[in-house]
Amino acid sequence: MSMIHAENLTKQFGSVTAVDRVTLDVQEGEVFGFLGPNGAGKTTTVRMLSSLISKSSGRATVAGCEIGNPADELKLRRQIGLLPENVGLYEGNTAAENLTYFGELQGVEATALRANIERLLRMMDLWEKRDALIGTFSKGMKQKVAIARALVHDPILVFLDEPTANLDPEASKTVRETLLELKKERRTIFLNTHNLDEVQRICDRVGILRTQLLTTGTPDSLRFGMSGHRTAVRLAHLSDAIVAAVRARLAPNPVEVSGDQLLVGVQDPTRDNPAIVTAVVAAGGQIVSLTQLSPTLEDVYLKLVHEEAPAA
Amino acid sequence: MRFSQAWIVARHDMALIRRRRGLIAGLIAYPLGVGLGFPALVAYIVATSPAAGLGSYLPGLINAFGFWFVIGAASVPTSIAAYSIVGEKVEKSLEPLLATPTTDGEVLFGKALTAFVPTMIAVAGGSVLFMFLVDLVTRGPLGYLYYPNATIAVELLLLAPLASLVAIEASVIISARVADVRSAQQYAGVIFLPLIVLYVAGETGLSLGAYNQLIIAGIFALVVLVLYVVSLKTFHRDEILTRWK
Repeated sequence: MSMIHAENLTKQFGSVTAVDRVTLDVQEGEVFGFLGPNGAGKTTTVRMLSSLISKSSGRATVAGCEIGNPADELKLRRQIGLLPENVGLYEGNTAAENLTYFGELQGVEATALRANIERLLRMMDLWEKRDALIGTFSKGMKQKVAIARALVHDPILVFLDEPTANLDPEASKTVRETLLELKKERRTIFLNTHNLDEVQRICDRVGILRTQLLTTGTPDSLRFGMSGHRTAVRLAHLSDAIVAAVRARLAPNPVEVSGDQLLVGVQDPTRDNPAIVTAVVAAGGQIVSLTQLSPTLEDVYLKLVHEEAPAA
Repeated sequence: MRFSQAWIVARHDMALIRRRRGLIAGLIAYPLGVGLGFPALVAYIVATSPAAGLGSYLPGLINAFGFWFVIGAASVPTSIAAYSIVGEKVEKSLEPLLATPTTDGEVLFGKALTAFVPTMIAVAGGSVLFMFLVDLVTRGPLGYLYYPNATIAVELLLLAPLASLVAIEASVIISARVADVRSAQQYAGVIFLPLIVLYVAGETGLSLGAYNQLIIAGIFALVVLVLYVVSLKTFHRDEILTRWK
């Protein structure tokens, strides 16, 4: 079942187009990573999908509710949880008070709310700190309380906007572990992030946005779908004859020498790697190891966001 | 409009305000000052003036003093409303608040209640003290209990709540355009200047009796309606998330 379905979703601020005709689907239980540089329109997209701001054109349904339909707005906000870019907690309130306030606004019954707060704060390892003022918390602790706030009413879909931005590595790790816990619970998560490592570890699928949605797919399909695979062949003894043999066999693929290994550009590893082995062995070479080097998600991301914007 | 949602917002904000000593001090000091200070002044006048003329000018003087509760109803809530809204801006907590199943109108109504309810309680408390003490010191020279009367009834039941609403709505509009609580308070302070003008007019000849106060209340009611429309447009989630500073 599609939890988010957007068609040509667009947001304009005056003459500036912040989000341009975004079409995407996110399935129930999926963790969808939304990547893009600053100003790409990620936060604006999340705000439109969570009915915080109006769309300029296009249509979208989220958790079965139509965006922009006033009759669906409150129903939608009961079904989603939002972690905004700024945690926005009340520093003069305790962690428990912050969660209670938002739980009450979400209409959670008092007994269930107390149970939810205890479960979430224990999950975040903050139960012992429940009566401490938020103003005394570290950034990572605040981020965890804000994630708990997004979950206090047990939403079926959670929007997380840069959950690890500005956190130190240790705090990022704890937040990432929390996200993995949520993934285990099969919640649908829409994750805005810059963190490619996070995407690689957590997300089932990824979309790359730069005002327009440039691509979507699984992290692996994006990596393997991109040209630029290379094979590294380490040899016992590297000679000019071996290099010439590989160049002749794999032409026009580029072949480079790096120390005692050959770096061979390949189009299709399943076809080209056996040909490399055959050429090396035929030229009298002894292969010590053969390693497939594929583009990283970062390579894919950088290539896409630095290319020209797709034609309108 | 669900009162229950607005009340959750108001209850939460009032709890936060209870922890702000400066705001609580303002809530207590103003009505206490007016409730004790002016009766003391009346007592001094009664004690030092010839008894023959008191009956003619004491009522006008007391009416003018009573008008300070209307001024208070406009000045006290500006600090609370400014803190309640600009405080959310400073803590960047409006976005998660707006992401809850609460309408803009309910949030706004809750914020208005946060400023309105404590102000009205403070004004009511101060005015009871004021009326009791004024009656205590003027019963002898006047020969009757001056309070309660129609003038104070119009002031407390009509003019003070309307003045308070004008101040709160104006504070909402101002809060949208400033980035810190102090600026909001400074701008909002301008709101009660027309009331000071009315007070001075009362001291220098304009009768602040029930009839004239009803006319003033009518004008206030119109201003409340206009500012209500403007504040609803200002406190709109699209505006808040994309245009507020």
